[in-house]
Amino acid sequence: MLPESIQLIVVTPERQLLRESVVEVTMPGLDGQLGILPGHAPLMTELGIGELSYRTSASSQPVVLAVVSGFAEVLPDRVTVLAETAERAEEIDLARAELAKARAEKRLSAGDSNLDWDRANIALQRSLIRIQVARKRHSVLVESR
Amino acid sequence: MPTLLDFRRRIRSVKNTQQITRAMKFVAAARLRRAQEAALAARPYAKELVRVLRSTMARIESPEHPLLAKRAEERILVLVLSGERGLAGAFNTNILKKAAEFYRSKPGKKFTLIPIGKKGRDAMRRAGFTFAGEYVNVLSKVNYGIAREISKLVTDLYVEEKVDAVYMVFSEFKNVISADLTVEKLLPVEKISTGEETEAEAASSQIDYIYEQPEQQLLARLLPRYVETQVLRSMLESCAAEHAARMTAMEAATKNAGEVIEGLTLHMNKVRQAAITKEIIEIVSGASYTA
Repeated sequence: MLPESIQLIVVTPERQLLRESVVEVTMPGLDGQLGILPGHAPLMTELGIGELSYRTSASSQPVVLAVVSGFAEVLPDRVTVLAETAERAEEIDLARAELAKARAEKRLSAGDSNLDWDRANIALQRSLIRIQVARKRHSVLVESR
Repeated sequence: MPTLLDFRRRIRSVKNTQQITRAMKFVAAARLRRAQEAALAARPYAKELVRVLRSTMARIESPEHPLLAKRAEERILVLVLSGERGLAGAFNTNILKKAAEFYRSKPGKKFTLIPIGKKGRDAMRRAGFTFAGEYVNVLSKVNYGIAREISKLVTDLYVEEKVDAVYMVFSEFKNVISADLTVEKLLPVEKISTGEETEAEAASSQIDYIYEQPEQQLLARLLPRYVETQVLRSMLESCAAEHAARMTAMEAATKNAGEVIEGLTLHMNKVRQAAITKEIIEIVSGASYTA
């Protein structure tokens, strides 16, 4: 007998962001997007930087979160996401994310030899995903009007 | 003999002090509440991480990672978490005492310190200790970023084999009137725990996962996170304990000020009465003279 829903738990070191019953989760695994439905085999993976989306029922709009690195544990009836940071679209400060993006791009294009490439790259990716998630919410709002 | 005016001045000054201590008590109480909430909010992550780490460790036959490597403890790094400010009763003294006790319990070893919190840093610098780094003004707003920076420094030192063991000395918040002074081993990672769970939870069942990445790689990612959560937890605990200590100290100070005011008022009234009596006697004796 397969469970009909998954308990989705999203925690970051500073807080618990989410504990909700959902029917579908998509998350950014380190080696590609992972789609999880109820009854998935136990799985452990590292997460990359990307969008995590979930639906609370088959007909509802997906909710999108921006997550940055971490781990996920998948069990047939539960998904635990341990992210370094995770934010809801409405929590994202779009202006700040844009600034961070500009900063990271500038740093990357400056070609400074002392540059920590990995760090700048991660900063860029992080800002991009935050912008993407924040925009998505914006467009959903516009459509629903 | 102090005059009435002297008494009034003293009382006014003690009252001012009392107002300050009372305000400080309220501020400490508010901060304590915030610190407790932060500590509570950090718990789910720590708990889940420990569970995941433990089951990953169990899956690997011989877990290998630089952070697990045991060496003879010759050079010891100690993180000492004190307060940023004084006026918190014996909070800072107690922590320094506990740290000193710890050094004495391991004679002949080479100690390097990382003070977290200004008060401890100042005292330990005066005592002439070597620092591997110092973090001041970070406890007023504890966040994961800081904990991460500190644990990066510590794990790097450990991996480069510059130190053989890392300990943390901090106050663990129990309740408003008491805190436990704790010494915890941070590195090498030996016993994985959240610091608050029971044995039964620790022995919970293992699950056979599919691993997307090799287990060793996952372990290599999980272990630093674990160290980070440990550092974060000790910072949050210490922060809550500091505010609790300050609250208690300021409450006692407010009460003492009240007692001093009472005593002074009593004295003042006596002096006033004596003066009045003296005046009456003068008038009466003057009147009897003219009569």
